[in-house]
Amino acid sequence: MDRHITLPLTEENTKDLKAGDYVYLSGIIYTARDAAHKRMDETLNEGKSLPIDLKDNTIYYMGPSPAREGRPIGSAGPTTASRMDKYAPRLLDLGLRGMIGKGRRSEAVKEAIIRNHSVYFAAVGGAGALLSKAIISSEVVAYDDLGTEAIRRLEVKDFPVIVVIDREGNNLYDMALKEFARE
Amino acid sequence: MREIDVSEVTRAIKEMCVEANHRLSPDMKKALYDGCEKEESSLGKKILMQLEDNLKIADEDTIPICQDTGMAVVFARIGQDVHFTGGDLEAAINEGIREGYTEGFLRKSVVADPLERVNTKDNTPGVIHYSIVPGDKVELTVAPKGFGSENMSRVFMLKPADGAEGVKNAVLTAVKDAGPNACPPMVVGVGVGGTFEKAAELAKEALLRPVGEHSKVEWAAEMEKELLDRINKTGIGPGGLGGTVTAFAVNILTYPTHIAGLPVGVNICCHVNRHAHRVI
Repeated sequence: MDRHITLPLTEENTKDLKAGDYVYLSGIIYTARDAAHKRMDETLNEGKSLPIDLKDNTIYYMGPSPAREGRPIGSAGPTTASRMDKYAPRLLDLGLRGMIGKGRRSEAVKEAIIRNHSVYFAAVGGAGALLSKAIISSEVVAYDDLGTEAIRRLEVKDFPVIVVIDREGNNLYDMALKEFARE
Repeated sequence: MREIDVSEVTRAIKEMCVEANHRLSPDMKKALYDGCEKEESSLGKKILMQLEDNLKIADEDTIPICQDTGMAVVFARIGQDVHFTGGDLEAAINEGIREGYTEGFLRKSVVADPLERVNTKDNTPGVIHYSIVPGDKVELTVAPKGFGSENMSRVFMLKPADGAEGVKNAVLTAVKDAGPNACPPMVVGVGVGGTFEKAAELAKEALLRPVGEHSKVEWAAEMEKELLDRINKTGIGPGGLGGTVTAFAVNILTYPTHIAGLPVGVNICCHVNRHAHRVI
């Protein structure tokens, strides 16, 4: 079912999200991928605080191509989420509510989603030009030296995603295989 | 002997890096269009329509089709009667990549050392495959390769007794393991034979063949059709979200091999199977 959600996600509005739902997100999300996750993990290991507040926030696993003049961002589609599996449970336990990426997640991530009432969305992989149209503004807020891998604060409007793992642990990828496998 | 200034190579590579990242070849566009007609899942159809829109936006607004504008893979087929002047050929190819990626607003995705991981900030170096061929022309292909699908690629060192069934199982295993991670619908490049590295290189080269064309080797052409059918029955579907269009093509290249071996390389490419081609 199609839904429109104004961010931030909360304990309340993740309750109704079910694997397979098509959702349009509007509001603020943050980008972080491999190198930013590694650095956030190291920061936590040193007992320091993170450059962004995770509470009820959503992280988009994405590293954009450079913006042409007059545009907020370049091509901006999701990267493979499983590379962040090593770090995601810790961030979820610290209050992270949503993740946007593509591809499978580990059991540990699924358990952390259930434990924390969070959600994993997929955006359409390889549709970076289309998805860039739903991004209104982009600003680097941390780790500028990482280039495309810096943490960016994005304002999005009707950003299209699909619920893949809901807070009950239902997984759309598994459900889809059961429905469409023919041999 | 024909003299070619390496600056011509630089210019061609630069233009091809930009071109390949903004426009797909007509066969890939047709594959997407046909896939949209064939897909049985309504969500799958919706995803494929978005991918069609994505190609339109990329072309019209000059935004890369995918933000992962890849590591630049270059195939250089060099006529043996060519003499390069004006500098180092490999440096000229990398200069073309540098200019294409920096001036063309493409993402810089290359790190200088695989463990230290510091970005080179200009997407160099590329991965260059040279071959020497008869004639006095230089044939260049740039195939930017994204790593969502590259990471799901495999080499299997099968035994001769594994035969055709072994090859098919290897391809199906790689595709099923890739699933949603490799941004399906995929194009599956397969190299059968040669050595460990030859099978992988053939698999990469197989991705260049237009979708819809089949191998000239009879058994390979049959296997391509059978595997495509079986891959589309896995249920993975567009985006891995379920459906009947999981791959657009399986392209097999073969090479003689050793009496003791049956190497199989499987190079998976996402629906953004990019390549640009020039002859100098």
